[in-house]
Amino acid sequence: MTNLLEVRNLRVTFPTARGPVDVVKGISFSLGRERLGIVGESGSGKSMTGRSILRLIRAPGRVTAERLDFDGVDLLRQSEKQLRAIRGARISMIMQDPKFSLNPVMTIGAQIAEALLTHQRLGRGDIRQRVHAMLESVRIADPERVAKLYPHEVSGGMGQRVMIAMMLIPEPDLLIADEPTSALDVSVQAQVLDIIDDLVKRKGMGLIFISHDLNLVSSYCDRILVMYAGSVVEECVAGELQNAKHPYTQGLLAAIPRLNETRDELPVLDRSGWAA
Amino acid sequence: MSAIVIDNLDVSYGETKVTRGIGFTVAEGESFALVGESGSGKTTVLKAIAGLARTWTGSISVFGQPRGHGIDRGFARQCQMVFQDPYGSLHPRKTVDAVLSEPLAIHGVGGDHGKRVEDMLDAVGLDRKFRFRFPHQLSGGQRQRVAIARALMLEPKLLLLDEPTSALDVSVQAEILNLLKRLRREQGLTYLMVTHNLPVVSFLCDRLAVMRHGKVVEIADVGQLKRGELVNPYSRELIELSATPSQT
Amino acid sequence: MASTRDWLLDDSPSSRLQARMGRGYRVFRSLLGNPLAVLGAIIVIGLIVMAVFAPLFATHSPTAQNLSMRLMPPSGENWMGTDELGRDIWSRVVFGSQITLVIVLLVAVLAAPVGLVVGAVSGYFGGWVDRILMGITDIFLSMPKLILALAFVAALGPGIQNAIIAIAIATWPSYARIARAETLTIRNSEFISAVELQGASRLRVIVAHILPLCTSSMIVRVTLDMAGIILTAAGLGFIGLGAQPPLPEWGAMISRGRSFILDQWWVATMPGFAIVIVSLGFCFLGDGLRDVLDPKHGERQ
Repeated sequence: MTNLLEVRNLRVTFPTARGPVDVVKGISFSLGRERLGIVGESGSGKSMTGRSILRLIRAPGRVTAERLDFDGVDLLRQSEKQLRAIRGARISMIMQDPKFSLNPVMTIGAQIAEALLTHQRLGRGDIRQRVHAMLESVRIADPERVAKLYPHEVSGGMGQRVMIAMMLIPEPDLLIADEPTSALDVSVQAQVLDIIDDLVKRKGMGLIFISHDLNLVSSYCDRILVMYAGSVVEECVAGELQNAKHPYTQGLLAAIPRLNETRDELPVLDRSGWAA
Repeated sequence: MSAIVIDNLDVSYGETKVTRGIGFTVAEGESFALVGESGSGKTTVLKAIAGLARTWTGSISVFGQPRGHGIDRGFARQCQMVFQDPYGSLHPRKTVDAVLSEPLAIHGVGGDHGKRVEDMLDAVGLDRKFRFRFPHQLSGGQRQRVAIARALMLEPKLLLLDEPTSALDVSVQAEILNLLKRLRREQGLTYLMVTHNLPVVSFLCDRLAVMRHGKVVEIADVGQLKRGELVNPYSRELIELSATPSQT
Repeated sequence: MASTRDWLLDDSPSSRLQARMGRGYRVFRSLLGNPLAVLGAIIVIGLIVMAVFAPLFATHSPTAQNLSMRLMPPSGENWMGTDELGRDIWSRVVFGSQITLVIVLLVAVLAAPVGLVVGAVSGYFGGWVDRILMGITDIFLSMPKLILALAFVAALGPGIQNAIIAIAIATWPSYARIARAETLTIRNSEFISAVELQGASRLRVIVAHILPLCTSSMIVRVTLDMAGIILTAAGLGFIGLGAQPPLPEWGAMISRGRSFILDQWWVATMPGFAIVIVSLGFCFLGDGLRDVLDPKHGERQ
């Protein structure tokens, strides 16, 4: 079984006043039809990794890799037109804050329909049916009513579910979720994660879950990559996180306060141990 | 003496009532948390105490003095606030030095301002070389330290903290939480902290009030929180959602 | 030189002055990266140099008449030809740059601070203050600038000082609008709340915190406006209400040249070129400044 995604030596470089800077420093990983979590703090390069898979990084940023294969297709050699056919239809991305990722002047129904129309040609009645069916699958109870609303008229949690509907309606093979629950309340997070989980399992999709929340990723994904300053410092199976070997991962786990906290002081990361 | 006594507080934004009948007491030297999700009204309570939300009924008293509805110069020396967003709470065109010496200038505090600024930088763990940097030259954690330093320049006894670490990375959050804990111990401060993060409450606070839809649903001791012994079903739900596998 | 540069670019300045100058230097360097902005700056600097050293650049006296040499085409003797009274056009253009510069600077100095203060006060206080001040601003804004300037000059009498005052009166309202818009954006920021909570007076908040943030957009807008100011002044001069003869104001010169435009085109077009070039220079510079001073762009290191 070929891997869904094969990444070898991925490098993302940006020019700065002080010369070119690598924000992703030659990372490699592969993904089957499983859930992979990429965890890191700000500046670790995790979001850049997600975007570079979709070739969404524009000049002056530069993406290079030895291999960037999606289901046998070499993403680096695709033209912009071919990439457009892949984006949305075969690889989709959910972003963090529906306030900023949904178009404020289009109704929800229109936006989801647009996602579908970009890749398929269907009659109006068919489209409406598909849109409503998709809204139901993300557990929105009243799809006809919601489809006519504008993004600012719905809550954050519902907005994020709309975003999921929009991104999954073309039935992609790979979903990249970039901090999909960070802007949501705790009580809504669980529901949204559940929906993503359900859809991913049902359609046999691959999932890349990018987050800064180590605990969340470990409970949700099958495998975890921990990134720091552009490199992967740890790769492990989710259940094995407590046995993490790299000092950064251990430090990060230790620095998170617990519900039954007894420590007087939280251990602070000593970056001199591995800083580049 | 109680640091804060709040009774039957209803705060409104325009026509909408955001909180209803809020009541709780914070003892002097205590660290008290207001916990809730977005829309619970917790930040609004903080703003009403500070004087940033002017439309409210009920009573608020701080260190025995009843609070007016607006900002009070005298009050500024008793109580200061640390905001959530380290990127928005510092003036983009002012150096760290300017930000820290301003409160001294406003209140005509005498003595060597430069020295006080440097002492404060030491107290919050910022190297003196940051003194003349602009905010965009600082990281999120460094900016938040400056915000804390600014709040402490007037030597207040009460600090209002609005989700001081939720915009920070985990590793930086740990440093800031340690700093807050240390400062409180060293200076005998009282904290009223707003947060949605229960483990942070366990680390930093003595008591907490859980808020939902503008009302206080439960007031408890942090010991009860740690043992998972909260009574209200909503509180219990919040605890469950916070519990994580690596901590069981 | 290298050590001055290092001092300016030092990551940890040791004084307020060093920090401020470092920032200015970084802005300056970003500006140098934009070729159009550099061109604009060169033109503007050229204007200033020409105005300051006019006697050195001019080949003849701007007012000396020589009726035997009227309406001569451009030549080695008269680089831009002569006008209907035999005066050398090049020298008149050179001395006219002084007038242009004075007009543009004085209008900016008069109109921008007034607009800035009115806008910031209006935006910060809101309520009745806002409505009254913006009402006044709207009254001025509802009339075309040239007509307004015309009306004031007609009331005050022709002449360069009155033209300057009139143009300034016509220009300040748009600055007030910009300053108000900026203030409204900033007013609810947490850093403003923070300083209010420290007990700062409203005056201090406006002067020390809000105005400094309005200056970037002000600088850009004023620079871009200078082209319009030059044209308004030229328009007034064209109608005869601006600088009076024999002052070599460019607009008045174009007006004079109107009657000969078919046969002796240079009398009207030479000052016209001058206006176009200077206006373009200000536009390029203003655009470059906007790219560089926009906080999201310029502060990224």
